[in-house]
Amino acid sequence: MPILTMREAISQALWEEMERDERVIILGEEVGVWGGTYAVTKGFYDHFGPERVLDTPIAEGVIVGAANGAAMAGLHPVAELMTINFAFLAMDQIVNHSAKLRSMFGGQFNMPVVIRAVGGGGRQLGATHSQTPDAIFAHFPGLKVVAPGTPQDAKGLLKTAIRSEDPVLFIEHATLYQAKGEVAEGEVLEPIGVAKIQRPGRDVTIVTYSKMLQVSLQAAEQLARQGIEAEIVDLRSLRPLDMQPALDSFRRTNRAVIVEEGWRSFGVGAEVSARLYEEAFDYADAPIQRVAQKEVPLPYNRELEQAALPQVDDILAAVQRVL
Amino acid sequence: MYHEMVLVRRLEERAATLYQEGKIGGFLHLYIGQEAVGTGVIAVRQPQDRVITAYRDHGVALSCGISARAVMAELLGKATGTSKGKGGSMHLADVKRNFWGGHAIVGAHLPLAAGMALADKYRGSDAVTICFFGDGATNIGYFHESLNLSMIWHLPVLWVCENNLYGMGTSVERASAVSQIRQKAEGYGMPNERGEGMDVLQVRQAAERSLAAVRSDGPFLLELVTYRFRGHSMGDPERYRTSDEVQKWQENDPIGIFRRHLSAGPQIKADELDAEEARVADEVEDAVRFAESSPAPAPEELFQDIYAEPEPPRLGSVSTDRQGQGQA
Repeated sequence: MPILTMREAISQALWEEMERDERVIILGEEVGVWGGTYAVTKGFYDHFGPERVLDTPIAEGVIVGAANGAAMAGLHPVAELMTINFAFLAMDQIVNHSAKLRSMFGGQFNMPVVIRAVGGGGRQLGATHSQTPDAIFAHFPGLKVVAPGTPQDAKGLLKTAIRSEDPVLFIEHATLYQAKGEVAEGEVLEPIGVAKIQRPGRDVTIVTYSKMLQVSLQAAEQLARQGIEAEIVDLRSLRPLDMQPALDSFRRTNRAVIVEEGWRSFGVGAEVSARLYEEAFDYADAPIQRVAQKEVPLPYNRELEQAALPQVDDILAAVQRVL
Repeated sequence: MYHEMVLVRRLEERAATLYQEGKIGGFLHLYIGQEAVGTGVIAVRQPQDRVITAYRDHGVALSCGISARAVMAELLGKATGTSKGKGGSMHLADVKRNFWGGHAIVGAHLPLAAGMALADKYRGSDAVTICFFGDGATNIGYFHESLNLSMIWHLPVLWVCENNLYGMGTSVERASAVSQIRQKAEGYGMPNERGEGMDVLQVRQAAERSLAAVRSDGPFLLELVTYRFRGHSMGDPERYRTSDEVQKWQENDPIGIFRRHLSAGPQIKADELDAEEARVADEVEDAVRFAESSPAPAPEELFQDIYAEPEPPRLGSVSTDRQGQGQA
């Protein structure tokens, strides 16, 4: 199978879907002439033209709002938010409009909009440009929230998201664009709302997603050297949240660690561990552990920033606590 | 148009009593006094032209051809309402009549209008999106982002500001740096016009001109000065204006103005207008009967229409999320 970077996989997904379906357009800041601030849409403007690759003003409300309106009118727009931190400027459009217009009007129209947003810390961008607020968006029924951790999933999930008649917030991690992985040849489609075992293991269940999948895989390698086999469940989407693989795994290993990059309070770990307890309390041989970002706005200084972000060692320590 | 204006008036008067009886819940924003705006503008739209408005939407909905029955049923939260009882007063819509809502976040539907116009332009359609909003919406960022985008992308939108002089209880002078909303279009180099909003014939003429301007040259802002005779919503103590002021405007009742126009002409007699009013009264009572006898949404409706697509099946097991959502 070919090896692609995350950036290539995402770019291929967009390209293929634009070739396949004329209803797909891209709009966002610097997506056209510049080629995308993360170079995902490099070459698109020349190939697809300014009618389908639209450079917008720096105005997130109208970027997502116009994408919503175009979706109501039957296009399949892909709006790009340069970072998910700017999604707060479009929060009303995402949570009050993308997520609600379909049900609020009795299902009269679909909202086939994809909002691509770059999230995550680790690039010394300071507190306002480094957040991982995925759980906030996953709170809202009506929205789908997808956050892939491998190039295969990035490509397959994005293609599914673009074809979907429902609104999808597609979160790409800023530090994963160079990450490489095998991507199947030909048509790659991954279902939204199906979690996946990314590494089998018998001793402990690690539930994670996005960048923390990669960090958890590193931790699992180290654990394997100590004879501990971690099973890694990749949620892939936070809404719909598919708990089945995590539950099945937890019932086998009786131990679970939830790893997320966002803050622990009211986060993905809180949700997943609550559901594990609700469904499989009797299977727990140790209190479920959560690994998450320290509860501070991320600082600029590299060492301080890394100290706040979850690291392999944090995962190893959490696994030791449940064993 | 006379039928339409009287229908809006009578249906809303009836809605106000139903609200007081507790049969209509939530918020209820009446259009009474502003009927000439929606009626006059929508009178000149072509079938392909989309219409979108804010939460004071009953009049615009009726002008777009939605039946009094479907409007009243939605107000009563019934399954037969425009939005199956899930939207309520502020969220009427009927895509078949090219009416795209009914939006309750101030200013938020302006980007939606821009996006719909973008889709029409992309497809090469000559449709115009007619977007109504109040003076209050022109102070929020959405207004400026949307006007700007419509100009730089040359989007076919007719921006119609219904300036009723108050954003809730705050007058235009207290809320806006310029009291003529059309001045804000100047900042974007957008052609604009400020006109009379109480005389439906003048409104229609202005709308005709501005709609033609959009079809040939791109976006246009039409400001129509009007007045709501009732409070902002049913719970408005109206401390911000005097009854003298309201009374003065009521002398300019858009229905009265239009009736005088019609009566002055040779073709229409007063008894014909009276007969029209009687037909409207029947239509409203029929709508109330229909709405009251309509079924409430079935309990299983609670989980319908949240998503277009069902969750992917996972054979042999049920995920907790699906249990939580109760999806069929």
